[in-house]
Amino acid sequence: MLISRSDRGLLARWWYTIDLPLMFAVFLLMAIGVLFSLAGSPAVADRLGLPHFHFFIRQLIFIIPAVFIFVGVSFFNVRLVRRVAFYGFLAALVLMGAALLFGPEIKGAHRWLDLGFFNFQPSELAKPTFIIVAAWLLAEGRRRPDMPGQVLAWSAFVAVVGLLVLQPDFGQTVLVCLVWAVLLLVYGIAWKYIIGLAGLAVAGALFAYKSFSHVASRIDRFLSPGDGDNFQVDMAMRAFENGALFGTGPGGGAAKRSLPDAHTDFIFAVVGEEFGFLACMVLIALIAFIVFRVLKFAMNEGDSFVALALTGLVSVFSFQAIINMAVNVSLMPAKGMTLPFISYGGSSLLTMAFAMGLVLALTRTRPVVRVQAPHLQAQMA
Amino acid sequence: MNVSTENKQNWSKGRLKGQNRLRLVVFGFVVCFAVISGRLVELSLVRGLMGDHKARVTREARLPRPDIVDRNGMLLAADIKVHSLFANPRKIIDVDEAVELLTAVLPDLDVKKLYKQLGNRKRAFVWIKREMSPSKRAEVHNQGIPGVGFRKETLRIYPNGRLAAHVLGYVDVDSKGIAGVEKYLDDQGALYTASLADPLKRAALPAHLSVDGRVQHAMADEIAKAVEHFKAKAGSGVVMNIHTGEIIAMVSLPDYNPNEPKSAQQSEAINRITTGVYELGSVIKGVTFAMAFEAGTMNMDSRFDARRPLRIGRATIHDFHAQKRIMSVEDVFLHSSNIGTARMALAVGLEGHQAFLRKAGFFDRMVTELPEGAAPILPKRWGKLTTVTAAFGHGFAIQPLQGVAATAALLNGGKLIPPTFLKRGRDAADGLAVRLVSAETSEKMKHLFRLNAQKGTARKADKLAAGYRIGGKTGTAEKVIKGRYSKNHRLNSFVGGFPMENPQYVVLVMLDEPQPVKGTYGYATSGWNAVPTAGKVIARIAPLLGVLPRAADLDEAKKGKAKAH
Repeated sequence: MLISRSDRGLLARWWYTIDLPLMFAVFLLMAIGVLFSLAGSPAVADRLGLPHFHFFIRQLIFIIPAVFIFVGVSFFNVRLVRRVAFYGFLAALVLMGAALLFGPEIKGAHRWLDLGFFNFQPSELAKPTFIIVAAWLLAEGRRRPDMPGQVLAWSAFVAVVGLLVLQPDFGQTVLVCLVWAVLLLVYGIAWKYIIGLAGLAVAGALFAYKSFSHVASRIDRFLSPGDGDNFQVDMAMRAFENGALFGTGPGGGAAKRSLPDAHTDFIFAVVGEEFGFLACMVLIALIAFIVFRVLKFAMNEGDSFVALALTGLVSVFSFQAIINMAVNVSLMPAKGMTLPFISYGGSSLLTMAFAMGLVLALTRTRPVVRVQAPHLQAQMA
Repeated sequence: MNVSTENKQNWSKGRLKGQNRLRLVVFGFVVCFAVISGRLVELSLVRGLMGDHKARVTREARLPRPDIVDRNGMLLAADIKVHSLFANPRKIIDVDEAVELLTAVLPDLDVKKLYKQLGNRKRAFVWIKREMSPSKRAEVHNQGIPGVGFRKETLRIYPNGRLAAHVLGYVDVDSKGIAGVEKYLDDQGALYTASLADPLKRAALPAHLSVDGRVQHAMADEIAKAVEHFKAKAGSGVVMNIHTGEIIAMVSLPDYNPNEPKSAQQSEAINRITTGVYELGSVIKGVTFAMAFEAGTMNMDSRFDARRPLRIGRATIHDFHAQKRIMSVEDVFLHSSNIGTARMALAVGLEGHQAFLRKAGFFDRMVTELPEGAAPILPKRWGKLTTVTAAFGHGFAIQPLQGVAATAALLNGGKLIPPTFLKRGRDAADGLAVRLVSAETSEKMKHLFRLNAQKGTARKADKLAAGYRIGGKTGTAEKVIKGRYSKNHRLNSFVGGFPMENPQYVVLVMLDEPQPVKGTYGYATSGWNAVPTAGKVIARIAPLLGVLPRAADLDEAKKGKAKAH
């Protein structure tokens, strides 16, 4: 099928307004994720007594709706993005509340809802939708002085963080706080407030350290290795050492057999062991490409809502990748954070596809933006 | 114009105050990615490429450790399952009670240390006692102390005790190889170990050594007797298959019991065949002869002037049993003439001599499966005097096993084969072999070795191993004591092969500082101790190795005995 530029149909318009390098970078990341899942997950499945390819097949099954969501959402226009995100956000809040009340307790936390087929984690949905809603509220608040945009955005933030703390989910809380900080930074609040909020965040972190024992024990273990159980992190470091430059080859990994979360949080270490340093660098380069390409769009964006939304969405993606990789290479304390598109996990994969679909939708060339581009403006003047 | 003004307003309205701060965000992410990449360089490249991660990979792969058997399948090392006691101090409710109960069953535990270990709540795991007997395990188990448990561990046992200890090496408490073939299985030989393992069954085929337990025992027994009889400091020996390079026996006394690795720590217990390097002395002369034949500077009709000592600068070379005459090639070999051998080497020249010794492998560290191989000690400058002394085995120190390998090459048709401690076939050996000398030279060397056993310094060995047609070269090397060659500290040796018409095995016997005893008439040279020991060894091992004695020779030996009576 050839698509003509003169074609004004839905598909043709989509094809010529979409950012193709970005889209293919995400597709590539998804494909690599499936490939790496083949390295990381069979060992875990064997250990849990599940069929050898249990996690791999589920990853394959989830990748299909993920692709549909990713491409489908990219067709949205800005208005539809806002609308879907708004209802999505409300749904996420309700579901998080439901998980708190009715969700099963897994590893001491109420984060999941049992949907029969898989355990759904509503906080994953809350992240991208919260960003869109917050971005809209902030942008709208600036355009229309009569609307208390900032106040409403703050309330949305407090609602999400409150629910996350109640679950409790320390990692996601930190993530949402970080993204919120970036949003405020780009929104343009004064530096003195930023510094004040940073102080508040430190106080909050100390509070979390004092009141949640598992958070405290993890940080203690990170700060003083040697005593306590550092098993996962030690094994991850060994995995990288074993892998060296070219890796041990697919299936040749030894440390991965001892990594309990080889298919999720520690997949990066498995990649380092079996595919080596070069594969890790390729992965980092691909993630960095996506991050910086989207940030470049955000920088040149004329619409404040779109600029904020893009910044927030890609920040989640970036923070999640950075935190995950930093934990893997033992630069940060162990924390349940997935590597986007690479780690196994249905909720994570689907919502990340949704978030990147939103990014793709918002980076589409829009007629309005074109007129507002500075170089064209100069011509017109 | 209107349009543009409106747009401009929209533009300024649309742009965010902090949008330029995105540069800061970009910068932050760049730093994060860079730091992670830097850490990856450290972990994967610096540590990964430099460290000994290969060895760890095999350990972490948890390959079952193979049993070790001799070439006939006799068990030399095996794993047994034992239980080890550990505690999780965080889960211990009453430390006092736990200490009391544990020390009741295990009285040899250190009470103070145990208190400290169990009281340390920061730790989640401490070993209390490794490798317990099943009955003690049951007793502790029945006490039902919360917070203590057992882990199954493997204990390496060596059912034959000291037999071939230096070949086997030993393991530490974590079943990690520390020395010998055990270390090889973990380190350089990791691939070999992996090839033995059956990944699906957590089982492994045994590692077959080249060593024959019966030959090993016979040789160890004879050398132990010799060490005792001649009041020597130490004794050692090797039997090698001449065509495959397989070490059939390797003895080094004093030895140790691998079941008690501590006994291996004493310095006397080093492996004198590969870990020690020695100036081997006259047993190296064969190499000089072969070199001269190869270079074409000598044939069987050559003559050497040994009428007076040889002067090289300020040094003078004497013969031990000075003949003071013009000697034939056979005379030089049979009387072990230093002067004659030195003249052979000088005829070949300094360059040619060094090249040949390098080809014989004497200038490099010999690499076998045993990690304890020492590098040779070589003279810093190679002058005329160096060549003269090296011709009769002085001035450079090598592993005795290197001398054995070179001697094997002289007698097996000329192929230098790297020795191995693992079973190896003839084809594999031929693939590894390097030609050191021609087949014709090898024939001449066989003749000289045999002649020396019939008429020369190795006569006693031939008598004791009558019928097995042995040939050999002896050596009485003066040891360097406090920087000088000492007349009273000797390293005596015999190296030879049998049966000489088609040699199958090379034998080396070395005695460190044997003393003159009753029956040696005040002598302590090799012919009086190392040679008869070698004869006794060969007489015992030849039947085990399937070498048939020749009746005619036996009869002759009997006749000789009868005449003597």
